[in-house]
Amino acid sequence: MSSQKESTARTLLVALVVCLVCSVFVAGAAVALKPIQIDNRQLDKQRSILAIAGLGEAGLSGKQVKALFAERIRMRVVDLQSGRFTDAQDAATFDPLKAAKDPQLSDALPGEQDIASIKRRERFSTVYLVETDGKLDTLILPVRGYGLWSTLHGFLAVKGDLNTVAGFGFYQHAETPGLGGEVDNPKWKALWPGKTLFDEQGAPAVQIIKGTVDPQSPQASHQVDGLAGATLTSKGVHNLLQFWLGRSGFGPFIANLRAGEA
Amino acid sequence: MAQPTIKEVLLNPIVHNNPIGLQILGVCSALAVTSNLKTALVMAIALTLVTGCSNLFISMVRHQIPSSIRMIVQMVIIASLVIVVDQILRAYAFSLAKQLSVFVGLIITNCIVMGRAEAFAMANPPVLSFFDGIGNGLGYSAMLIILGVIRELFGAGKLLGFEIIPVVNDGGWYVPNGLLLLPPSAFFLIGLIIWGLRSWKTEQAEAPSYKMAPQVQNKEAY
Repeated sequence: MSSQKESTARTLLVALVVCLVCSVFVAGAAVALKPIQIDNRQLDKQRSILAIAGLGEAGLSGKQVKALFAERIRMRVVDLQSGRFTDAQDAATFDPLKAAKDPQLSDALPGEQDIASIKRRERFSTVYLVETDGKLDTLILPVRGYGLWSTLHGFLAVKGDLNTVAGFGFYQHAETPGLGGEVDNPKWKALWPGKTLFDEQGAPAVQIIKGTVDPQSPQASHQVDGLAGATLTSKGVHNLLQFWLGRSGFGPFIANLRAGEA
Repeated sequence: MAQPTIKEVLLNPIVHNNPIGLQILGVCSALAVTSNLKTALVMAIALTLVTGCSNLFISMVRHQIPSSIRMIVQMVIIASLVIVVDQILRAYAFSLAKQLSVFVGLIITNCIVMGRAEAFAMANPPVLSFFDGIGNGLGYSAMLIILGVIRELFGAGKLLGFEIIPVVNDGGWYVPNGLLLLPPSAFFLIGLIIWGLRSWKTEQAEAPSYKMAPQVQNKEAY
């Protein structure tokens, strides 16, 4: 028995059978669960967009989130180069993060421009609009950039004047819990609404500073307190805002939108 | 050696033969996932299930596995189970899966799973092996829960996300210990727990592997 069990043919057969059974098992689970997973990912994103826009409460069910999202949020694709809305991509299916990895749909950023350390920037991006009676209420921009350990993915919501922050937060990051991870702290996020992003010339002026903002300072409306014990994460957040509001990011689009030419 | 009973294999690993405390296995993941109790709990459940099931399946096919490829066969079975657990988490507990990210995948390399497969499941019948896996998973879980409670409570003033001690940042009085949220703190805690465990149950202390001879003359150093 034992000599037969250890023979080469037998060994190969066992290896083959084990591999076959396991691969069927794994593939079956992956395929069967895929629709639920995609659904989850989308739901998670929609939930954070709604939260940033200040719509809906925290405890909404998946169905309510979807309904509210469909009712209030309009997705449009923006050509970042020209800064105008485009129909070249379908807003419902276009994935800017995937596009950023596709050489056909993205450009490598030279070092000095790449202040957010994202390496490649997509040519098109999806923005989310909240409108009341055809007038823009809130504009939600996807932003991302490198912190200390990880790329922070988040949304910046801007009010209809295209200057005042309505909300800011991240839906995905892997910063140190308790230190850089405090970007998720509701108290820190509450510092953002009401801050103004641009100076009179339309250049990004929003800053994260060390310590506490002096309310007397003329710059106070642009400044937000840094996170204690998380200098590099704070710097990363600062840089990613500068990048996405600047010329390589949504800067041209916001300028066009303000002039009514987007 | 008498055949161990189900009760023995299920309960012994919790205190008497704790995988982390005595066998010093699975320490790496214990450092990584215990910064809050919720991730620690999910990791504990996932590992317990994987160890139990992998022990069950490996024990079921143990007579068929040629010894020359037994490790790789164990690995394939374990890896398949872990991938399935990861997929299930992503489908039904998305936000948790997001926090645990890579650590679920790393259950594959957790020494406890492999160690139990090799040391127990290869030699014992399926049902007993299953309970041995669950028992060792519970031992790991017990340690993770202790670490998770200490780290989250004193590092963030919370338990499972609910505020227990009001921290200074939110207007309370407690200055949280930031070190506890970083992985090295779990090292210190595990060290202290092992020390405590071995002082309480002195039979767990290992015999020293060598003994230093006394140095009698300074000349010997030259």
